[in-house]
Amino acid sequence: MSGHTAPSLLLNDEQKMLSKTAHEFVRKRAPAARLRTFRDRKDEVGFSREIWKEMAQLGWLGLQIPHEYDGLGLGFFDLCIVLEESGRELMPEPFVSTLLLGAQALLLGGTGAQKKALLAGVAAGEKLVSVAYEERGSRDFRHVETVARASDDGFEITGEKIQVLDGHLVDAIIVSAATGGGAPTLFLVDSNAKGVTTTQQFRIDGQSSAIVRFENVAVALDSVVGELGKGAALLQTVFDRAAVGLAAHMLGASEQALADTLAYLKEREQFDVPIGSFQALQHRAVALYTEIALLRSVVLAAARVIDEQPEEVPRFACLAKALASETFLHVAKEAIQMHGGIGVTDEHDIGLYIKRAQATYMTFGEPSQHRRRWAELHGY
Amino acid sequence: MSDLNIFREEARAWIRENAPRSLWGTSGSGPFEGYWGGSKDLEADPDILGWRDRGIEKGWTAPSWPKEYGGGGLSVAHEQIIHEELKAIGVPRPIAGQGLAMFGPVLLQYGNDEQRAEHLPKIARGEVRWCQGYSEPNAGSDLANLQLRAERDGDEFVLNGQKVWTSHAHLSDWIYCLARTNPKAPKKQMGISILLADLGTPGITVRRIDLISGYSPFCETFFDDARVPAKNLVGELDEGWTIAKAILGHERSSIGRSIARQPGSAEREVVARARKHLGVGHGPIPDPLLRDEVAGLGMLEEAFHLTLARIEQSSKSGTPGPEGSISKIVGSELKQKRFELGMKVAGILGLGWEGPGFDDDDLEYTRDWLRSRATTIEGGSSEIQKNIVSKRVLGLPEGKK
Repeated sequence: MSGHTAPSLLLNDEQKMLSKTAHEFVRKRAPAARLRTFRDRKDEVGFSREIWKEMAQLGWLGLQIPHEYDGLGLGFFDLCIVLEESGRELMPEPFVSTLLLGAQALLLGGTGAQKKALLAGVAAGEKLVSVAYEERGSRDFRHVETVARASDDGFEITGEKIQVLDGHLVDAIIVSAATGGGAPTLFLVDSNAKGVTTTQQFRIDGQSSAIVRFENVAVALDSVVGELGKGAALLQTVFDRAAVGLAAHMLGASEQALADTLAYLKEREQFDVPIGSFQALQHRAVALYTEIALLRSVVLAAARVIDEQPEEVPRFACLAKALASETFLHVAKEAIQMHGGIGVTDEHDIGLYIKRAQATYMTFGEPSQHRRRWAELHGY
Repeated sequence: MSDLNIFREEARAWIRENAPRSLWGTSGSGPFEGYWGGSKDLEADPDILGWRDRGIEKGWTAPSWPKEYGGGGLSVAHEQIIHEELKAIGVPRPIAGQGLAMFGPVLLQYGNDEQRAEHLPKIARGEVRWCQGYSEPNAGSDLANLQLRAERDGDEFVLNGQKVWTSHAHLSDWIYCLARTNPKAPKKQMGISILLADLGTPGITVRRIDLISGYSPFCETFFDDARVPAKNLVGELDEGWTIAKAILGHERSSIGRSIARQPGSAEREVVARARKHLGVGHGPIPDPLLRDEVAGLGMLEEAFHLTLARIEQSSKSGTPGPEGSISKIVGSELKQKRFELGMKVAGILGLGWEGPGFDDDDLEYTRDWLRSRATTIEGGSSEIQKNIVSKRVLGLPEGKK
């Protein structure tokens, strides 16, 4: 902490109610077992549009979206409460693509017209927006092969993005492409624009994604999001927020994987006693509990900092994402081990957690990248 | 502004006005850091003694104790604010130690009026220093196995046996100890009582224990027909175990918090040592693996401080719950990691025990590294803490130990 008092890490009464309601909704309406169903039928959507719509009606998609765009105008902290609960059942609904990438990019860099065109639709659950930044040839979002060549009245974008979250389903895509000098610029592209083609991809974690190809896609000058040539800096600020939001999701997932494991330790008997009476397992369960307790503090602080101390966001984003990645993957591995044989069967839900853990670990920076940036921010 | 915010302003102003400049930045302001008082620790620094006196005058050596016992008569929330404001500028509490952090709260809760009136004001004024008599040679993790005998004889108890790991007994005036008053009780947790003894009592002797670090903060305390007045029994006869567990709760959360020091200080310390020993000036640490480890330490430290803050913010009652066990587990591991990394960056220059060729800071650091091996053992080992969390928080069934 650079300040002498920690940010408030408590939920107010309304937030506690939101957490409780979201918890009940997710557990009842969106069980993790859905992931298997979507996968087995190669579902084109990969999530439930009905559930998304219902969450919009409950006000949850517009929690952080300002009043002028029909949102509730609350904070990122409030959004994180719902994201945490979404993690419990590994919900594949488009939280990351639309609320954490698309909406944040628009909020941080979008023009008035861009925000007006999309944010109200996002809050209403009617519009999906994603950010296309991953490429086959580069693991650094600052270096892009996709190019945007200046044309008479704008730009022409050509290139290929991979694993664009919900890329085949979204209404608009914010794509990073190199402009003069090779520095990336972000462009808002209509998914139906001529030259945009998508191919659905299937990942281990059941998160919908697609290869998105751009072939001489013509965009107007006013489609630039943020400033020309400053796409990398804008993306970094978007990723900082997205990393915190994803960390909240990972916190919920870790909590649930541990809760399921504890229930199993109490119920499964071997040698005529519950296996949870063995100290070798008890101490490992406590280690997971402790890691999650630390992660909860960090996620709450990072979410609060986004609303209240913008200058501290990079540090807290690194902290939250690094810890969330290590913790969730550790919990998921231990959860399988403690479930024994049943834990490695496709039939049991606990195995779904390690798949999401691996996918989220690799998203918005691996822990070692966050530690390197943390060290840089701390001057060493 | 809320009352607490107004109070924070007042506390900040008073502390900054009254704390001597020489003490700023010298402490993490934890309950065990600083001057412990008593009749045997002959502190000479006028700033430390002056700060003690200002604290006593204000009632802020024990802010949440009733005024009649030398406290400040404030709420736990107010007390927390005072401690936060001390920590903000790194000033130690006016008086620290076992009496204020552990024994006092227990006496407030379980003692009788006479005991409170006799002992609490002397603690709040730093006149009497207390130590704790818990562990014995055959009662470590299995504390309830303790054997110190206390037999009633008229209006006295006669004590026979031995305590071990009595911290700073050689500098203390009084000891509060667990003694077996009924050896025939059906369970070993029964028949234990809490007794208070003046260490000057004939029959009590104290011997210091040398540790691997070369330091001797702990003692053995022997009782050989030592006679203690019966009024020194705290709580009910034979029912001291419940109180003992409450004291351990305070101890765990206090140890966790006292390890905390200033946020970011462990990271800064290791970075400073890396720069000193690797000769890299103010640039980045050149070895990326080492830098990764240091950043990992810094992140753990930050997460730990945020967790302490969360526990404090949510514990309105001020009674430490099982979270104290978590803070002790994490805090002690953090402390060990910090010293391990600090030793790693020093290379062979961290190998000095004493004498030429080593600088004083490095010699002290090495001793502190050795001392840090005890943090996961003292105050209930990490394994015992994990047993507690497993049972009380996770609800896992008790098994064979």
